[in-house]
Amino acid sequence: MKLVKNIGLVLFLVGLTIFTSLVFTGDFKMTDEIMRSNLSESELLNLETRLTSEVVEKNYSTSLSFGNDVIRIYNETNQQFRDAQQWDKVMYTAPKEFASKLARASSAGWIPQHKSLLFFLTFGLGILGSLMFVLAELKLGGPAGIKNNGVYHSAATNRGWIGISAFVFLVSFYILLYYFPFALTNVIGVVDPVKHLFNPADFASQWFLYGFMYCTVMIVMGARMIIKYRHNNYQIVRTIVVVFFQVIFAFLLVEILPLFDLPARDLKNAWPLDYSFLFEWNVTELLDSGHFGKFLFVWGIVLSLVIIPVMVYFYGKRWYCSWVCGCGGLAETLGDPYRQLSNKKLWAWKLERWMIHGVLVFAIIMTIFTGYLTYNVIQNPTMESKEYLFGFSAYDVRELYGFLIGSIFAGVIGTGFYPIFGNRTWCRFGCPLAAYMGLVQRFKSRFRITTNGGQCISCGNCSTYCEQGIDVRAYAQKGQNIVRSSCVGCGVCAAVCPRGVLKLENGPEANRFGNEGPIVLGNNGFELNQ
Amino acid sequence: MYVYMGHMRWSDIKPYEDWFWIKNRIDLVEDWVTSIDYQKKSINTKSGKSFSFDKLILALGSKPNKFGWPGQELKAVQGLYSKQDLESLEEISASTKQAVIVGGGLIGVELAEMLLSRGIKVTFLVREKKFWSNVLPMQEADLISRHIRKHHVDLRFETELAEIIDDGNGRAGAVITKSGEKIPCQLVGLTAGVSPNIDLVKESELETKNGILINTFFETNIADVYSIGDCAQFREPVAGRRALEQVWYTGRIMGETLAQTICGTRKQYNPGPWFNSAKFFDIEYQTYGNVNPTLSENEIEFYWEQAGGEKCIHFVWDKNTGIFKGINTFGIRMRHELFDQWLRKNALIDEVMMNLKAANFDPEFYTHHEQEIIEAFNRASGKNIQLKPKTWWRNLLNA
Repeated sequence: MKLVKNIGLVLFLVGLTIFTSLVFTGDFKMTDEIMRSNLSESELLNLETRLTSEVVEKNYSTSLSFGNDVIRIYNETNQQFRDAQQWDKVMYTAPKEFASKLARASSAGWIPQHKSLLFFLTFGLGILGSLMFVLAELKLGGPAGIKNNGVYHSAATNRGWIGISAFVFLVSFYILLYYFPFALTNVIGVVDPVKHLFNPADFASQWFLYGFMYCTVMIVMGARMIIKYRHNNYQIVRTIVVVFFQVIFAFLLVEILPLFDLPARDLKNAWPLDYSFLFEWNVTELLDSGHFGKFLFVWGIVLSLVIIPVMVYFYGKRWYCSWVCGCGGLAETLGDPYRQLSNKKLWAWKLERWMIHGVLVFAIIMTIFTGYLTYNVIQNPTMESKEYLFGFSAYDVRELYGFLIGSIFAGVIGTGFYPIFGNRTWCRFGCPLAAYMGLVQRFKSRFRITTNGGQCISCGNCSTYCEQGIDVRAYAQKGQNIVRSSCVGCGVCAAVCPRGVLKLENGPEANRFGNEGPIVLGNNGFELNQ
Repeated sequence: MYVYMGHMRWSDIKPYEDWFWIKNRIDLVEDWVTSIDYQKKSINTKSGKSFSFDKLILALGSKPNKFGWPGQELKAVQGLYSKQDLESLEEISASTKQAVIVGGGLIGVELAEMLLSRGIKVTFLVREKKFWSNVLPMQEADLISRHIRKHHVDLRFETELAEIIDDGNGRAGAVITKSGEKIPCQLVGLTAGVSPNIDLVKESELETKNGILINTFFETNIADVYSIGDCAQFREPVAGRRALEQVWYTGRIMGETLAQTICGTRKQYNPGPWFNSAKFFDIEYQTYGNVNPTLSENEIEFYWEQAGGEKCIHFVWDKNTGIFKGINTFGIRMRHELFDQWLRKNALIDEVMMNLKAANFDPEFYTHHEQEIIEAFNRASGKNIQLKPKTWWRNLLNA
């Protein structure tokens, strides 16, 4: 079995190496024909001369260098128009998307001709290898039970060199994905055979690659999670459900809906996590998409304003954060090995409250701006400067939010920093939806983690393995229940507790906080405190 | 144990962050006390410091029992109680392939789990017929013994240590059992219980026996000197409990009760019905009330074990009155507050049995066994108890 595990590790690393090397290898040459067939008329008019003299027929070995040249020309040309105040000629396609389009068309040589083979050599080997690696634990890990042996001795899970490497890899991947997608041209091409299953005429985008990776990672690491907690039905059911929601709702439905000319939307994505819900392009597209589009618009509002708070009242925010949400789903599967790295110190909790509620306020302000713009687009189409409110442009506000919160915080820091700050950095410090649900959970909910009388031995497992950095023990050793806005109800504190002290429960609100006195006197605490 | 096994870091097992002591105006001093002057009300430490006191609380803890075995002072022979023991174990482990543990109790099984996590082969010598069968009834002792063996511990019953052999360098190299068998090893864990660590005060005017003698207000024979925890011995034990209570939570209750006295509200030790818990490898154990290894004359029992032998539950009640006496539960979590209430108000076994669903504390979605248990109970006892549907457990409090 040890051999199976090691072979699995080697296969995974081979797959990962080939995957990564695709960023640094390739053959990119834009012919005149490619340029003409991929540029719009106005783009051709604006860029033909410079592209022909500087890029066309030139050989590039990476899509990054190719894309950088294209973007430089694109930006300089645009700047000239702006300087000359030729506003009608300025091009508004995002430069990185423009470069991605040309890079995909210009990819030549062996790699684009062997996509299926490369799919097997990257995803195939990676999935096979990692499944062998995690399944071997069934035998190697001994009888079912909590096995956190060596977590703090391992370089992978204690910020050692493996953890740092994973951190560098993840952060680099997110930076390329968000800001330099054209650098991933050949990597994206690898999932074209999968995209063709949905639509043979279409090509994969970076978001298709990301969604597909997300699903495979969650399935493989979900299998690991289920094996690790195979004695714990709460963890098994929860993991299956959260993977189900990701694969069906966030991935498959989003791919399938457009095949029926319906708007591609993730039905479980709720405002304010889905911060673009009230953007004018979203609203107009939904309202122009027939009954289903209108349903999606109403559903989005009902989900955020009615379903979310009502469900949090009955079950706590866990129903979303660790059962449904995609961010939470990745954190609970890929992120599980890193949960102990979240900071449990008091200052981190103070910082958390300022940051997450700050983001919530920012999200609401941003939504007011974009909502105002959207309202004007629909109701006052002839109005000038529709986007200006209190002297600020809604476009600027939402662009700032999208950059700071949507990509840097949620992606680069939220996931990239798993091996450093633990797996729920985004959910704990940044997610505005988590902040919103947290307020409900803290002040008006039937959910709590019950402490079992005086059984706590202060061992510290609960606090250590709380991904949200809650010092669970601080409550449990006083006989208090845990009622915290940040708790996502993953249930791992109750799982790792060696003495059966913690239980996630929904019940009447009376006495939700348990012993409210300063101390618990074994089983006589209430009496003494009076 | 969790630090050694890599589940946590040292900083994670501290119950409070370091600023806690300063913020609460507590001077935390790490030092060794060398002498106490009860007349001048001062203590002296190894580093030459001296502290005066108005009230003194002696919480000296325990030390592992050593019963005069030849070789017990060799290197790589140790107990598992203090931070120093942990550090020494860490150091010795690197050069250990085989270990022998002497004494089949809670510390012994903990040490076995720790050593196995480092790939060290463990031979576990137990004096009793089964693991911890001086505390557990034979059914439970057998269940846990099987589980320990499932984890590849070489568990030997009715085997006692005779001597520890020097490996030639002043370190343990093997043990010899009373039956004459020689077991090679590089580490010997002595886990045959603990005794009060009272060498500091033994030869003083403070009255001691096995521990420091106290009344139920934790007062010693010297005014303003109190003692709590493992090292304290009650002159008159409180009802249903022992004179020496070397358990984690009694130490906490003693501390909290004495704090009331020191702060001006004189409080008597009143820990309530007995309870305890432990974990043996993967199987959790909880107990409420008293389930003795052998039944008393007027007691009657019901034992249920899940097919597969990893979960069991053991009830004891009074033959004549039907009053519930205690429960052992393995692999099933139960609510402390409900059992505490049932024990305090002398509830009947019937009431306990019909409320098993509300008493269950397992995580959501766990397989429930109450129906199976109640059917087996009815068959065994000839009663006809019907399970009550699951209700919110708090509704049963003070009902």
